[in-house]
Formats: sequence, structure tokens, C-alpha cells
Amino acid sequence: MNRREALFSLGSMAAAGGLASRAGAAELKGFPKQTAMSADHLPTPARSGGGFQVLKSETDQKTVKAVFDRLIPADDFGPSASEAGCLEFLDDQLSGDYGAGKALYLEAPLSPENEEAIMGAPQFLSTPRERYETGLKALEAYAQETDGAAFHALSPDRIDEILTGLEAGEIDLGEGVNGQAFFELMLQNVREGYLADPLYGGNRDMAGWKMIGFPGARYDYRPYVDRRNEDLGLTPVSLIPND
Amino acid sequence: MAKWIKIAGGVVVIAAVGAGVWAWDSLNTGRSKVAGDSVTLAEFTSEDAEAVERGEYVMRMGDCAACHTREAGEFAGGYEIATPFGTLVSSNITPDAETGIGGMTEKDFFNALRQGIGQHGMLYPAMPYTAYAKFTDRDMHDLWAYMSTVEPVQNDIDENGGMPFPFNIRLAMAGWDMLFFDNSGFEPVASESDAWNRGKYIVDGGGHCAACHSPRNALGAEVASAYLQGGNIGDWYAPDLTPNPHVGLGGSSAEDIATYLKTGTDGVAVAAGPMAEAVEHSLQYLTDEDALAVGTYLTSLPASDNPAPKAASLAETDMARLTDVYEVNCSACHGLDGEGIEGMVPAFSANHGLLGDPTNMIHAMLKGTRAAHTHDAQTAAGMPSFAWKMDDTQVADILTYVRNSFGNGAEAVSPEAVAEMREALDAREPLRAATN
Amino acid sequence: MANERPKADVVIVGLGWAGSVMAEELTRAGLNVVAIERGAWRDTSTDFPPAVDPDELRWHTRRELLQPMSVETTTFRNKTGQQAAPVRNWNAFQFGWNVGGAGTHWAGMSWRFLPWDFEVATQTAERYGQERLDSLMAEGLQLQDWGVSYEEMAPYYDRFERIAGTSGKAGNLNGQKIKGGNVFEGPREREYPTPQLKDTNWMSMYRQTTEGMGYNPFTIPAGNISQAYVNPLGVTMGPCTYCGFCDFHGCGNFSKSSPQACILPALMRRSNFTVLTETEVLHAVKHEDGKTVKGVKFVTRDGEEGFQPADVVCITAYQMDNVRLMLLSGIGEQYDPATQQGTIGRNYSYQTCSSVTGFFSGAKMNPFIGGGALGVQIDDFNGDNFDHSDLDFIGGAGIMGYSTNGRPIANMNGIRPGNKRWGSEWKEAYARDYQEVANIFCQGTSMPTRDAYLSLDPTYKDRHGQPLLRLTFDWNRNDASMIDYTTKKAVEIMREAGGEDIMVDNQAEASWNPYKQHSSHTIGGLVMGSNPATSALNPYLQSWDCHNVFSVGASAFPNNGGYNPTLTVGALAVRAARAIHETYINNPGPLVEA
Repeated sequence: MNRREALFSLGSMAAAGGLASRAGAAELKGFPKQTAMSADHLPTPARSGGGFQVLKSETDQKTVKAVFDRLIPADDFGPSASEAGCLEFLDDQLSGDYGAGKALYLEAPLSPENEEAIMGAPQFLSTPRERYETGLKALEAYAQETDGAAFHALSPDRIDEILTGLEAGEIDLGEGVNGQAFFELMLQNVREGYLADPLYGGNRDMAGWKMIGFPGARYDYRPYVDRRNEDLGLTPVSLIPND
Repeated sequence: MAKWIKIAGGVVVIAAVGAGVWAWDSLNTGRSKVAGDSVTLAEFTSEDAEAVERGEYVMRMGDCAACHTREAGEFAGGYEIATPFGTLVSSNITPDAETGIGGMTEKDFFNALRQGIGQHGMLYPAMPYTAYAKFTDRDMHDLWAYMSTVEPVQNDIDENGGMPFPFNIRLAMAGWDMLFFDNSGFEPVASESDAWNRGKYIVDGGGHCAACHSPRNALGAEVASAYLQGGNIGDWYAPDLTPNPHVGLGGSSAEDIATYLKTGTDGVAVAAGPMAEAVEHSLQYLTDEDALAVGTYLTSLPASDNPAPKAASLAETDMARLTDVYEVNCSACHGLDGEGIEGMVPAFSANHGLLGDPTNMIHAMLKGTRAAHTHDAQTAAGMPSFAWKMDDTQVADILTYVRNSFGNGAEAVSPEAVAEMREALDAREPLRAATN
Repeated sequence: MANERPKADVVIVGLGWAGSVMAEELTRAGLNVVAIERGAWRDTSTDFPPAVDPDELRWHTRRELLQPMSVETTTFRNKTGQQAAPVRNWNAFQFGWNVGGAGTHWAGMSWRFLPWDFEVATQTAERYGQERLDSLMAEGLQLQDWGVSYEEMAPYYDRFERIAGTSGKAGNLNGQKIKGGNVFEGPREREYPTPQLKDTNWMSMYRQTTEGMGYNPFTIPAGNISQAYVNPLGVTMGPCTYCGFCDFHGCGNFSKSSPQACILPALMRRSNFTVLTETEVLHAVKHEDGKTVKGVKFVTRDGEEGFQPADVVCITAYQMDNVRLMLLSGIGEQYDPATQQGTIGRNYSYQTCSSVTGFFSGAKMNPFIGGGALGVQIDDFNGDNFDHSDLDFIGGAGIMGYSTNGRPIANMNGIRPGNKRWGSEWKEAYARDYQEVANIFCQGTSMPTRDAYLSLDPTYKDRHGQPLLRLTFDWNRNDASMIDYTTKKAVEIMREAGGEDIMVDNQAEASWNPYKQHSSHTIGGLVMGSNPATSALNPYLQSWDCHNVFSVGASAFPNNGGYNPTLTVGALAVRAARAIHETYINNPGPLVEA
């Protein structure tokens, strides 16, 4: 706001524009005048309500829950993955840029053997969302075939056995699904959900942070840096406190 | 809104009165006789380099570019000023004969600047001719010389096309002038020092400080009895400039004030909002001597009797909670002890400007703001907006905490005041995380 | 050409550290400068203030400040003959994607290279004999001096440190060694702009341990500054708060050296400076005679092409893109490993690293107290600071005990060996080990080889249809021996400090690939030197082939020091910019006769 406006205006005026918008290239001369947060750098909380966007099938939800709650079970160290909101976290992530693989280079050709050999791990042209869609179906099919039951109906020990087999690359989930890579993807995502800021839907009540003693979205440890080997007793805080 | 209607009604009445009263003193252009009346600005380019240079200084002091320079080019006008009465557009003051002020003679120029009598009729007092009236003839001649060297720009502007009836009747301003305009030049006070007189000349004239820092009455005129004692200018507050020890400049030396004017900060406070712009575009260009003169004058004023703010009482549990909120949100820049970062981020400790009217603090929290960029202090650091993160109560709480910590004591900020400002500024609502 | 912009004196391609340092120098000298930056405008209070910055998932895990691979990536193979594949996912490389470039999200370690790093070839021959150098060269190393000495670089290092506000303690003031600083550093003429940072718990343990072992620990010079500071441009910085959200993040309180915190506030307000954001330079356009360029062709975010004419073109993108832009512009000759002809793409190299992890039962390390450059290092085994007479390698590594962050996702595998990464076993382990783990990092030199180089990929293209850059690289024997040696020293230190269950990750033990590495300190490909047959740029960073093209970046390093590259890049930027405005602009032509 210019002071001339201030001078003669008794009402209010929107602040000066500065950088027009992110649409199109901008020629900047002078320092942009904007003072409010850039819209595209505001945090994007997980959607509230409205149900699952990607994990729409009930079977998929149950399969993910069965896997996630063995990867992070409820115990003395904290709630299970699903209790901590990791399903909601995953669904929200998969419904956005991450799930769409927006950052990835997905151009063909992809020669799987060559790329795996060179990069030390299998490479994909599919997005994380697509990998979940096919991976979860493959897991369910695997359970039906080997155990004659739905994956989520298997005993915890049996699920652990399958997960251990996937992790070791010893279980074949069929064509188009790399079981070991899918295990790694799920393990990565469930732990992300357990340890990311609660604003993304997981880490409910900051359970993951409390488990390890991480104080969260703080920004000033000057009062503590000189203290040696002490439990600092800091309460964790989320980027967007809910209270 | 109710307030606006009342004011609007008042202006209508004055318009009627004004139309009937012609030969009022405020319209007496006798002071302009010293100016030439034969050559127009378009026909003239000063060759007196010293006069031009002095004139540029007068232009800086008067901050003409702040309103008259926009995308169309230097001094080509086009700045839209929203007023409760409609939208005004700043005029093209380049020497362009058709669309600028090229058709004006020096006498016309004097009349417009010092008396608000323009080439298309009366000027609206958004143009601070009420202060420019104090300009000496010499400064006016110099300014005229400077304007003659400005590049003409063709940019046709309909200054009051955005004003609805009856506010588009310029003659209405004659009535306003009759009531509020003092058509007299600057008179030095013999008993005071040269510095003091120079300071007063800048404060009351080109600097037009009272335009913001004095309160205004319902018709938008400055209240003389509360001269420089602080003015609410909508969504910013221009604080008390008298040496009031609680909320004013008490404790500031003339040197502190000079430093502030030249750099936007005195090491404790940091200019923000409209004051940052005033420093950036105008005040930093003052000579050291002139900046000090302003300080000399302001420190000589009688202290206002604005009372000491009463400290709010915060429960111990609230204090403990808010100490943590401060550490999470504020201390990285404003310091664990409210010490700020010298020359860049305002301190909360020993910063009187924070203890009075909380408008600026609320505004900064909701919309963010930016310090002045000056030759000596280049950073012009931004204060981030918290509108997206904190709700009205959270904003009010942390401001109350700051106003009652680090040796401070001041009235609590109410969530209602924050809500009102949030609406007035069209600041966004806070984001809320999923509660599933 | 349609959409031709008014001519500029200088066009800057990429507005990161190098670009903004150069633009500042050049505009201050009165030149009219246009910068073209592929990323968007970003500033502290509007884009990464403290209320937005401490978000690990967004900035570190999803890397939202970094240039995504979908915009441009590299292809990679270990050796010629292999089919290179594109790097599809997030990997070691951390390129900038905004005004400020990687300088916005870097960690802040602010090292001067050692005098030895600039003259590896000459000094190896001088100290160990010409035969030793010859045998290294015969083995495949491609050692060559930089054409500039540390002594010549010192004033430019000093200038950049002053702009950046670097914190630290001098260890060599005008030749006088000072305990507590890095006694191995080249002589500096004055102290650091701001004092060294404080020690965390782990840093103080590391300092005590290494001191007790007879080494010379010192606090790493940092672009996380220790107290408020006003730089020579009149820009103020704030004090680091040890927030632990530093590398990959912007800095919310003006305490990390960056173009935003140090240069842009002054630069952006100069009337002779313009920046086109979200605009990508496709390539430079040569004059008919091929000896100079006319300007650069660019494309806006909306796909509109345009041309920016200029008298001087400065290519100041990240190392990879500097090389790629030269190749896409047809400036100079592509290096061929079979013949060692050509200079563009030559002497590509990486940084040879390892890490050593230990656990301290019952400790409270409070790892969340951190800074991107927060650490204590010993340089006793870096560069040529130790006698290599009886060793089978040259070079070395800085060995640091660091406290950069305690971000929970990034550290979730930081558990004692033998524990599963999932289930209650993981939860129990992480709940305990988060506070008990400590890390030592060996950051080593890398020597160039004949076989490692950069070229355009024949198959894969970017979003504009231009070929991607292809990287051909693997570890060489010398560097693998070096890191093996220094890693053992690090293990000894960890053991002496009391660390248990020690884990070693020696990156050179297996073939290089971009997913296994963590460092973005990729160098070379457009190296400086005094011989046009073996370097693309002369010692003023001026192209030997087109004299109005200058390029600054780690791409100009003929070999990598055991340090982070940024300070050297910044110093080279000052040097190049001064050569332009003090000499070149008045008398265009080669600044050095070939």
C-alpha cells in the first residue's frame, strides 16, 4: 500500500501486486512488492473428509492397511501406521503431484535390464500411483493363489513372511510388478507418513515424532545448543497446530 | 461503512456551500504573482543546472514520484487511489502539452501545487497541497526548473473519471478548502534556531508528515490540536511523533531520528508499510543536515499526553505457552530477548512504537510487510504473513505476548480487532490440517 | 528474429550464486545486465519463512525447491560402450530451480580449496618426482593445473566470503598458523567475516577425540553465519538458529548465505539489471565467423521463443548445464576419450566420499540441533597435507563429525546394524538410535581420468526436444585407494570416540551410480587452464573458442578438492566478472593469447 492511499483512504485497499502471477514468464525490474506468502509455497494440508481419492477400492484399502500395520504395528513405541493416519497420508500423496510422478523423467525407451544394471535398482515408466494400483492387485492375487484368502485376512505372521520374502526379492508378484521394488515403495511411504508433519494426514498426534523425540517444526535451538547429553523435554509442534 | 456515508453526506453539504462562496481567502492566488505567466512548461527547459539540482531535491522531499510515477513512465501518472468517495487517478505531470502539464505556466504550476487549483479545476486533497502551501518561492522556482527537464510522456489520464456524482464535482473542494486549507506560506520563528526552522519547514511542507501522523476529522482534515500525535490511516497507524515517553519518540535523540529517516531504522524500530515507502522514495534523500533538522524540530515538540499503556495481565500458563509459541514462530528473526536484528528486523524490546495502537502489528502479521530499501541499508527484509497459519485468537495472543514481554507492557490485542483487519485487508483464512 | 529483446551489455544464463555474483559486479560497474533464469522468483519472507521452512516431507523428501527430472535430467553410464540410461528419479544431483539457484537450498559449507588443489600436476611432480606424475598419467589420470594459483585466487575468495558473511576461524593468517583454525588452509589476509559456529554435543565429542589423537580439529567454515552481519553491499544477515532445516530448504531468517540473503536485495533494485524468470535459455547463437556469439535463444514458460542479444554471454548455470549449453551452442569441440581431442566435456569428475556411523549407548545427541554446514573437521588427511611417498595414491579427504540435521524421514535407516527396517524391531531401534547415532563423513578429492567425460545423449531429449547430457563415469583406482585409506582413519576416530556398532559406507567400493551417492559436487567438463588443447576456458573463465563467452561453475574445476565447491565457484565468478568489466568490455578479444 502506498502512503498516498493511506493518506486519503479511510477504507481498505488490496496490497500492491508486485510479481503478477506465475502464469507465464515474468520480466522483473526492481524488487517484487508482494509481501504475502506465494500461493504455490503455502503448505498443502491433506484433504479433510471426502473419502479416499486413489485407494477407492475397499480391497485396496484393506491390503494397504494390512501391509502398513505390519510395517509399523501398534506397540509400546506408538500406534500402528493406520492409527497414525498413514493410509490417509498415502492416499493424499498419491492423489497429488507425487502420485502423478510429476517430478520424474518418464520418457521412453526404457530397457529394464540395462537400466537396472546401470542404476543398481529397477527403473519404471509408471508413476507411483500406477505402481500402487498394479502392486496392490498383484498382492491380493498372490494371497488368493498361495493361501486361498484375501491378503488382509492373512495372519500377521503370514503377512510378515510375505513381506520378508518381498524385501529379499524372493517372491514373484507376476509380470509388470517388481515385488522387491514395490515393497521398498510401501516401506518408504509408510514411514514417511509416520514421520512427516501431521498436516499431511499421518503422524497423528505427532506419534512418530514422540517415538524418537523429534521436536517438530521448530526454528530456534540457540537456547539448547550448548546443553550436553540432556533430554531437552521439548514438546513437538506441527507446522499448522490444530489447537 | 456507516462512517463513510456520514462523511460523504458532509461533502455534499460542503459542495453546496462551496459553490456559493467564491472569493474566499483559500482561493486567493496572490502568492503566485512572483511566478512567470508567459511561458508554458512545454516551451521551456531550464538551463540553470544548480536550480534543476535543487529542484530535484525539492521533488524528493515532496515525494512527487510516489504518486505520479507508475508503469507509464516517470511522472506520467496513472496511480489509482481508492478513496471512500471513489477512485482518483494521479495526473500526468510531465511537460507533455496535451496530456501532461506542458500547458501550465509557472504561475499555474504555483497555483496547483500550493493551492490545489489545477488546470481542470480544483484538486482533491489527496494531492497534499495543504502542506505544499508552505513551499518557499525559491523552492517552487527550483521545482519548476526541475520539472522542465523531465521527459514529456504522452499519457492521457481522466483523474476523477472514477468518482461518482457528486464527488466528481471538483468545485466541491473549494468548500473543503474554505474550511480546512490554510493558504499561508512558511513563517520562520525568530526565537528558534535555523535547524529548528528548517526542520519545521520540512515537516510541515514538503515532508507533509502531519498528513499521516496527525489524526483527521470526519471530513478528512488534520486535527491541529493533536498535531503529529499519531493518526490512524485506515489499515496502518502513523505513530505519535512527539517526545511522548510511552508511545512516542521520547528517548529518541535528534540523531536517532535522522538515522531512521535516512536508513529506515534507528537500530530498534524498522519502518514498514507506508513509512517504508516514504523513507525509500523520499526521506533517505534528505541531506544529513536536513535529516538532523527534522530530528531537532520533532524533539522540540511538546510531548503529547497520550497516556502510558496499561499492561495486560496474562496468566502464567499463558505466558509459558506463548513463550514457546514465540520461540517457534518469532525468535529466529526477532531474537530470543526481543532484540531483533540491528538494521533489518525490528526489536520488540525498547520499541515504543509497538505499545500504542496495534494496527501496524496486526497488519504486518496478516499481510506481511517489507522494510525500506535505502542506500545505506540495502536489505529491506520482508516480514512474512501469518494469516494462513494463525487464526484471529492466535494472532491476538502472540501480539499481546510481545506487547507484554521484554520489558513491555501494553493493552491486549483482541481477536475481534484481528478479525476486523483480516476482513478489511482481505487477508486469507488460516489453513487447517485434516482432523480425520 | 521475432521476439528479439533490446540488446544488453551482458546476458547471464542462470541466476544462482555465480550469476548473481557476476551480475552484481557488472551492474555496479555500470553495465546493462539481463539475467535469464529457468526457475521462478523466490524470496525469504514470501516463499520460505520460518513458518513454512521446517517441513521435511516437502523440501527434503519431495525436494520441491529442486529442479525436477521432468524438466531436464542427465543420462548415465559407467563406461563407453554401455547404453546410457536417463536418471529418472531424485538422485544425488541437486540442481536449483528458482532465482538463487542451488545457492538457495545448499548446505553452506564454505571452503577455500587448498593451494595444492589448483596445481596437482605441478606439485605432485615437484614433491614426488616427475616419474610419479608420469605413472599416474599412464594409469589414466588426466592431471592438469588450473592456470590460476591459490595466491591469485585469495583476494576473490576474500571478496566472496565478505559477501556471504562466512563464519569460521582462521588457521593461517598471512602465513601464521593458528591453533583452533584450519592450520592446513592456504594463507588468508584476514579473519572470517563472522566467528565460528557453536559445537553441538557430537561436535564437541569429535573435537575432543581428534585433538586427543594429535589431529587438528576446527569448526567448518560456514555459510550459516554466527551473528548478525552487514556485507559490503550493505545487505544485513541474521544469526543462524541451528534449526536443522538447512540443506534442501531455503533459510527463513536470513542466516544462510544465499543470493536471496546476500545479493538480490541490492542487485534487484539496480536500474541496469533485469531478470527474466521462468525462461530457459536453449543455446547461444554464434556470429557467422564463429568467433563470437550474438546472444542467446530462449523459451518462456508458455513456450514462446525469443532472442536476447548481448555483447557478452555468461553461462552460469549448474555445472552440468554449463557443459550442455556449450555443446548445444556448438562452441568448442566435443572431447573424445579415444583420442583425447576436444575440450568440451573433458575432465568430468565427482567427489569421492564415505561415511562412518557409530552408536553411543545412552547418549542424547539431540540431532535436530543442526545446521547445513555445522561440523568439526580435520584436514590432516586432506589434499597433500600428509606425505604420500609411501602411499599408492595422491589426494585425500576432509574428515568431519557433523550435525547437519535430525530430520526424521532422512534418518530413519540410521539404526544399529542387524535391525530390521520395519516392524516393532525398527520402531524400538529408531526410538533408541535416533538419539544415539553419530556420523563421520569423509569428503575426498577426485582426480580426472581420460575415460570420464560429458557428451550429448544420442537418444533422450528434454521437454524442448534438445538432447540430454550424457555422463560417462566410474571411480578410478587412485581415488578408491585414497578413500579406503581415509575411511580407515575415520573408523579409528569413531572407535576412539566410543562409537559402537560401527557401519561404513564407502561409496567407491562399487561402481558409481547416481542413486547410491549423496553428493551433488559434480565437477569439470568445461575446465579452465592455460593450455587451449586441454582446457575449454582460459584462466579468466573465458572460452578459448568464442571470446565473448564466459562460463563460471564447478564445471571449470579440472579436478575436485576434498571440499564443497561453492566458495571456489563464487571466487571464480568475482574473478571472471572483474576481468570482463575491467578489461574485456573496453577491449574485446581473448584475454589470454592461445
